[in-house]
Formats: sequence, structure tokens, C-alpha cells
Amino acid sequence: MASKSININLKVWRQKNAKANGAMETYKLDDVSTDSSFLEMLDQLNEQLVTEKKEPVAFDHDCREGICGMCSLFINGRAHGPETGITTCQLHMRSFKDGDTIYIEPWRSKAFPVVKDLVVDRSAFDRIQQAGGFVSVNTSGNTIDANSIPVPKQDADKAFEAAACIGCGACVATCKNGSAMLFVGAKVSQYALLPQGQVEATDRVLNMVRQMDEEGFGNCTNTGACEIECPKGISLENIARMNREFLKASSK
Amino acid sequence: MKLDSKIPEGPLAEKWTNHKDHLKLVAPNNRPKIDIIVVGTGLAGASAAASLGEMGYNVKAFCFQDSPRRAHSIAAQGGINAAKNYQNDGDSVYRLFYDTIKGGDYRAREANVHRLAEVSGNIIDQCVAQGVPFAREYGGTLDNRSFGGVQVKRTFYAAGQTGQQLLLGAYSALSRQIGLGRVKMYNRHEMLELVKVDGKARGIIARNLITGEIERHAAHAVVIASGGYGNVYFLSTNAMGSNVTAAWKIHKQGAAFANPCYVQIHPTCIPVHGTNQSKLTLMSESLRNSGRIWVPKKKEDAEAIRAGKLKPTQIAEEDRDYYLERRYPAFGNLVPRDVASRAAKERCDAGYGIESNATHEGVYLDFSSEIKNKGKEVAYAHGNHNPSEEEIIKLGKQWIEEKYGNLFQMYQKITDENPYETPMKIYPAVHYTMGGVWVDYNLQSTIPGCFVAGEANFSDHGANRLGASALMQGLADGYFVLPYTVSNYLADEIRTGKISADLPEFLEAEKSVKDQIEKFLNNNGSKSVDHFHKELGHIMWNKVGMARNEQGLKEAIEDIAKLREEFHKDVYVPGSAEELNPELEKAFRVADFLELGQLMAMDALQRKESCGGHFRDEYQDAEGETLRDDENFSFVGAWEYKGKDINQEQLHKEELKYEFIKIAARNYK
Repeated sequence: MASKSININLKVWRQKNAKANGAMETYKLDDVSTDSSFLEMLDQLNEQLVTEKKEPVAFDHDCREGICGMCSLFINGRAHGPETGITTCQLHMRSFKDGDTIYIEPWRSKAFPVVKDLVVDRSAFDRIQQAGGFVSVNTSGNTIDANSIPVPKQDADKAFEAAACIGCGACVATCKNGSAMLFVGAKVSQYALLPQGQVEATDRVLNMVRQMDEEGFGNCTNTGACEIECPKGISLENIARMNREFLKASSK
Repeated sequence: MKLDSKIPEGPLAEKWTNHKDHLKLVAPNNRPKIDIIVVGTGLAGASAAASLGEMGYNVKAFCFQDSPRRAHSIAAQGGINAAKNYQNDGDSVYRLFYDTIKGGDYRAREANVHRLAEVSGNIIDQCVAQGVPFAREYGGTLDNRSFGGVQVKRTFYAAGQTGQQLLLGAYSALSRQIGLGRVKMYNRHEMLELVKVDGKARGIIARNLITGEIERHAAHAVVIASGGYGNVYFLSTNAMGSNVTAAWKIHKQGAAFANPCYVQIHPTCIPVHGTNQSKLTLMSESLRNSGRIWVPKKKEDAEAIRAGKLKPTQIAEEDRDYYLERRYPAFGNLVPRDVASRAAKERCDAGYGIESNATHEGVYLDFSSEIKNKGKEVAYAHGNHNPSEEEIIKLGKQWIEEKYGNLFQMYQKITDENPYETPMKIYPAVHYTMGGVWVDYNLQSTIPGCFVAGEANFSDHGANRLGASALMQGLADGYFVLPYTVSNYLADEIRTGKISADLPEFLEAEKSVKDQIEKFLNNNGSKSVDHFHKELGHIMWNKVGMARNEQGLKEAIEDIAKLREEFHKDVYVPGSAEELNPELEKAFRVADFLELGQLMAMDALQRKESCGGHFRDEYQDAEGETLRDDENFSFVGAWEYKGKDINQEQLHKEELKYEFIKIAARNYK
């Protein structure tokens, strides 16, 4: 692993707040280690800006290991940048060359308004979850023994794969319709595949889809961009399963 | 200050049940008249907020992230322990209790740990009922794996994403209560002060991180579940935003802070790569089920590797030092974390480190033996009793991918090396903090009405936490302890009536927060917040890190006090108060880390023994193992804030009494 330094040019979306107009700003950044992550490169830019007494670029990030779902960014026109199967915090500068110009934008979707610079508001996802993304079981300590209902391994595995969604919103940002159906489909699928989710299956899918529509997300037209850009490889099959659940629930 | 642990009388196994039976209750019709604030939405906070909401209290929950689902519990990889004995390997509540006490090097409370083991089974039942997709066997029952420091398989898991699945389970329960209007959620809010009225916790001051507005929130009780303080080291496996601020603010308001020097340095993290690095990444302890840890036996081999002249795969079996297997044959690569970390440091300090960075700090975690063993097993299982070497390797790699695929991928993304072909490079990194706010058996701090849960308290792990026990503790506190003990406290509050956020105490606290913001923004210094944070991290890692000594600790105390002064004089915070301002957020957090760091060094200095994660060079046996001093140090060290000068903090001791198990030297050999 040969580490080296590169010099890059950045075009970054700057926007004071939700109401202000934004614009692309140009920055030059030298001596970026190719071992640095993309977000560490932005740290370096911000350190440079703070030293020059300029305002640093606001961007969302937290765990920096690809699991919290907080980081976002459209990089050179792609959600989470040029590689597949990773979040922005897992992208490394070795994916770029000396002299490259890199375009950095926030998620672009009507349902995810910009808060500042590269930060957007994804609370619509929380509200969809609140509409039905749960099993109504109270805390008691008296729920039945965890092994009393066997679950076929393949169902449990598929439920896990759907539940691996990190709620980052790349699916929405990359979709030409601004659709959240991969996100909602994954949550609906997790419960649809498990016995615990059956009791409330009808209400769950109807309520979650209703909320999804109210939030202003578009509908799925089977392009499949979401599946390609999803850092966790959530499958389109989940959208099909949600549609099946929705149809079943609607005809009751 | 008097520390009353309120441990119930009676036989160990009956304490919790008896205690619960006699706690006071709040009738269902009175609960909606009572407000509770919960700060933090990780496993402890989300499960507490959801459970209290279900009971009918009015709950306000706060998190600094953009959604409660992002709390750092989400990053826990390996698993959660529970004494279910599903694997028929002799596990029991007692054994989980015993392993946890021993793992903590006999520095935890017996009664708390036993309660934790008692409710561990309920946690798994609750999570499965919520639809948490744990890994299962082909027969449909739950699968288990083994973790460090134990000889049974009691760890439940969901691939390498157990924390994520458990947190999303708690988040779903919380979301349900938000939807029902029982919990009001405040995303992107940071607590900056605790408000006390007549000595009781009555609310908080929080900053809306988007608008910058300073808000006053009143309640009858406050629960702090804000996580650990590992970021005091700057580089750690914690999330960038993880901070001590909520816990530190209550400390300054009168809550004792216990055992701050107990820090867990996790043995298997990806080594440091450079000066612009912002965080360290953990490779799950579960990998030690399959990986063998080694360094070269010969120094010249280690040097050749660092110089890039030799590859690890070129080093013959007999020239490798599997030092954990050599030193601890009974537990081998699955010794507890503190033991594994120190052993790695010992080898690297002796000159056998393999990483080609400035410090040479790195050892190998090698899967080649397991690939061969499992490949052969799989071949046999498929009826191929004469597999070729090639077939074995191929099948073995497939087996590894199924078990640890996401971790291997994560490693490859970060290091650009393929761990299926060459061993992983790892080194210890700061991961978890056993110390925290002192709480009694009811998880109440020394401030009435202020409860502390999860990693933020000091409660259950003594001087070293066993793997897969943090998730267990977070959920135990939130689901199965706080609903009872908080209700017990609130039973005396049903006549209090609404608490007003316009009381003078609130206005005063609000003003002090606003003044501090103004001070930071007008400071006009010359250095960034990160500059000071990194400096602090250097001091902490070098002098209050894996091995400590009197001289280094004394230096650290002075260095940190000086750095703190410089910080307040020379920090530059750009932007304004009325907007999203991440630099201002960091300034508040680092200001608190600078105070805490000093207290950690003071605590490490007073503890003249080695125990668990706290290792003093002066106190070790001939083989380099920790040397406890049970006669003089079998106590919880709880510090009382005494004003701006941290050196003035006063130490109080809670004697640890071992009535039910025999205290002994920890032996994993």
C-alpha cells in the first residue's frame, strides 16, 4: 500500500440556509494523502478554511465506518461517490488522481430540503417509520421465549438483509423520481418476512405508504438506480415485496 | 457528599426481585401528569424513552444527530450476551454474572452485575418479539458465538451488525411512541446544561443545532444516556460526535464521576495511517474466533517487513510468535480485551511491531489456519474426503466470507489490502469507557431525579468490559431497570404539578450557556478547535493510555491544565450563534474533554494498582500481568466537582464488598 499525496480542485455547493440561494464554490487543496478518507479530505479543507478565518463547509457525518447512515454527498454526480457498496465515509482518496476536479453536492430531492451547504433534512424517513415501521409489543420482560417460534434460516437471512438499510437516503437522491420505495420496501420486507410482523401487516404497509406519499416522494418506475447506489446492496426485490403487501392489504 | 449505593439486603439472586416488589408505583392515571427528559437515543436512551412512553409518562427525548437511529450503538459489531444456555454448554445466570465480575477484574458491584445477568434473557426475548433478525440455525432456532474471556457460546448476533439491529429495534419501539404522541423527539439538539431546582434535577438547556436557538425544557426527572467519553483521546473507535458534555455538565452540577481512568483499549483495530486521520476503525472481536494473532519471532524479520522487503506470507510457521497462544494457552486468542491489548503493546515495544508507520505499532491477525481447517471441514461435509489444497482454500475462503464478509470488505476498503490473501494488520485503539457518572443501584446519580444509563454510567463493567456486554447493559438499563426505578422516584412527584421552564434557575442556566457561546464566538484566537483536540489526544494516549506511570500522569495533569488555558485564550470559532455551526458544537465538547482528561489522569494517579484496563507500570508481576491491590483499592473512586480548578476535585470511596464470590487473581492461562 503505497501512500502518496495528491493536489485536487474542489467545486463545493455552498448554501447559507434553507431559504438562501446556493452556488458552487471553488477550492484548491494540496497534499491530500491517498490513504485519507473522503471526509478526512473535507476535514483538511475545513482546517484550511478556519485557518484563513473563512467559514468551513457544513456536512453530515458521524460514525465514519459506514453504518450510522449520517454521511451523504453527491460526488461527481454519484451518490456516495464513484465506488459501489460503500458510504462516503468509506470512500478513500486513492480513488482520485492528482489534479482531479471533484464536484461535491448535497442530496437533491424535494423531500430532503437543504439545511446548510451539504446538509439536508431527512426527517421524512423518521416520520415514515413512525407511521408503521414497528411491531406493537410493549416492554415487559414477559414476552415469550426467543426460541419458541422457529424462523426458517432463509427468511431470517432475508429479513436481515432488508434490515441492513442504514437510512442514508442515497436511493432517494439518485432516483430520477425522488422515490423512497427502496427504503420503505426494505422496512416493510423485514417485518413481512418474520412471523412477528404478521399481525399488523395490513395496517403497516398502508400507513407507511400513505406517509411516504404525503412526504412528497415520487414513485418507482423500475429503473434500478437505487439498488446500484445503495451502500448496503438492498435489493429491488424488496420493492416488489412491498407492492405485493400493499396490493394484498388494499384488497382486504 | 455521601455515597449510598442502596444495594438491597438479602441473598444475591433475590435482591432485584425483592427490590422491584417493594418499589413505589405511579398509577396509570397519574403518569400523563409527569414529564421525563431523556438525553441520548442509543440503546439505553431509546429503550428507556420508549418504555417510559409506553407506560404513559410524557417523554421528551433529545439527540444531537439528525435522527435517533444514528446513535453510536449502531456501530457495535459482534453481539450481545445472554445467559440462555441454548447451546447446552453449561451456561447460567450465575456464570454470566461470574464471568462479568472476573472480566471486570473485581472492580464492579456484585448486585448490579447479577441483575444484569438476570435480565439478559429477557432482552433477547424482547428483541425477537420486536422483529430483530438475529442469526439463526437451519432448524430455525437462534445461533450463538463465543467471545473473549468466556468458555461458553452465549453471544447472540446479526452478522457483524448486531448493534445496528438492536438499535433499530429500540428505534422502532421509540418511533411507535413518537407516532402515538407519547414521546416528543428533538433531533439535532444538544444538551448544554442541567437545571436544578431545590436540589432536584428539573430540566435541561438545549441548543437547537439548526437554528441555534437556546431552549429551556422542564421535567420531573432527567435521564442521561449520552454514551462514553472515548473521544477525549481524539482518535478512537467512537463516532465523531460522541462526547461527554451531558455527563460532564451534570458532574459540574453535583453528580459524582466514578472511575474515570477505566478505559477500554480494544485489541483489534486498524492501525493509524497518518496525521490527518480522524478516527479508528474496529475489527470485531468475533474475528478472534477464527483469526490467530502473531508477530515475527525474529526482530530482523519484523524490520524487513516494515521496510517492505518481506511479506508476512513468506514467514515460515516456526518463525511466527503466536504470543497469545504462547502466554495464555487456556484462552489463547480469546483472552479479554485488556490482556490482548497489553500483549500487543508488549511485543511492539520490544521491537517486533510490523506496521510501516512512525511508531511501528501493528500486529497480524491471520486467517490462513482457519481457512484451511474450515475448508477441509466443508469438503468433508460435501462428501469430498480427498480434497486438493486448492479446493480446501477455496471452500475455506467461502466459509470465512459467509461469517465475516462485511468485516473483510470494510478492512479492504480502508487499507487497500486483501485479508483473504494476507493477514490483517491490527493494533489496539480506544474503544469504550467503563468509568462514568456514579449511580446507585437504582441508576440514580448523586443529584436527586437525575438518572444515568448505559455507557454514560460506571455501573457494571468494573475495570474491564467483556465483549458483547455493552449492548446487554444498555438495553438492560433502558428496558428493564429504569422503568421501575424512575417510577419509584416519581411516585413522590404526583402532587408537584407542571414544572415551569420560566423559573429563575432556568433563566440563569440559559444565560450562562448564551454567555459561553458569545465568549467562544468573540474569542478571535488563532487555532482551530481540532488543533487543541489533537493535542489533548496526544497527551492522553502517551501518558494516560495503555500503560501509565506516576511521572507521566503527573506531567499529563500539568500539560492538560496548560492546554486548557491556552484553548480558552486562543481558540478560534468561526460563524455565528444563530445557525448550524459545527465548529461551535465542537468547541463546547472539547472544553469538557479538557476538564475530564485532567480528572482521568488524577484518577489513574491515585489508583496505585493495576486492574483491568488500568495498567500502572509500577504494579505488575514478574510476567507482566496486572497486580491488583485488593486491600487498599477495592473501591469505586467517585470524584466530586469543586470548581474550575480540576485539581481541587475531591475523591470519595465506595467500598466494594464481595459477599458471594471469592475474589481472586484473574488467570486466563
